[in-house]
Amino acid sequence: MLKTTQITNSIRALRFANNEMTQADLADRIGMTRQTIIAIEQGKYSPSLEIAFQIARIFRVKLEDVFHYPE
Amino acid sequence: MSKIFDIDWRKMTHEEKWTWVFLSTAIIAFIAYCIWLTSQSSSTPLTEIAYVSPMLLAIGSAIISTIFGEILIAATAPKGKKRDARDQEIIKEAEHSGQFLVTIGGMAVVIMAMLKLNHFWIAHTMYLAFVGSAIITSVVKIIYYKKGFYPC
Repeated sequence: MLKTTQITNSIRALRFANNEMTQADLADRIGMTRQTIIAIEQGKYSPSLEIAFQIARIFRVKLEDVFHYPE
Repeated sequence: MSKIFDIDWRKMTHEEKWTWVFLSTAIIAFIAYCIWLTSQSSSTPLTEIAYVSPMLLAIGSAIISTIFGEILIAATAPKGKKRDARDQEIIKEAEHSGQFLVTIGGMAVVIMAMLKLNHFWIAHTMYLAFVGSAIITSVVKIIYYKKGFYPC
């Protein structure tokens, strides 16, 4: 049985709010591939805590503003 | 299930492309070898077939094809990072899944050698374990890429 995640994220919205940053730009800035950014946005990959913090820092927001976990 | 076989080369990571090449070459070489072996078995008892050179040819051609595939993928890939943390995590998890078959195969050939079975069966058991492991590892990787990967 494949694992799934309840974590969702707002990376796509945050990219658009930040001068329509491309997936490739974000990938370059955190040292990942564009396909991994796509996978994160689609909820097909849960990044490490370190990567999650890096993404939040790029958008200058808190971690909870990028990744959400249901109550 | 259909999404797993939804092969869009442009959307794949470097590692996923390489996995498809690795899986294809392992299966094609094994099937070609099995066809040759079956054709020989009609006229010669299995344990008397001169299998060494054809088996080495099958294994060697699979390895060389994979190397050429890797070179071709790298040459045609867009600039930028080829593999990242997600690839490393998927590789590690998938190899862990496929490794058990090599272990079982290794244990089986030790027992077969102790029982002094014909080397034909020993060589084929190990080859089968390698191919099986390659298939399991590759399929698990592809499933993780297509369906999603959530490390603990």
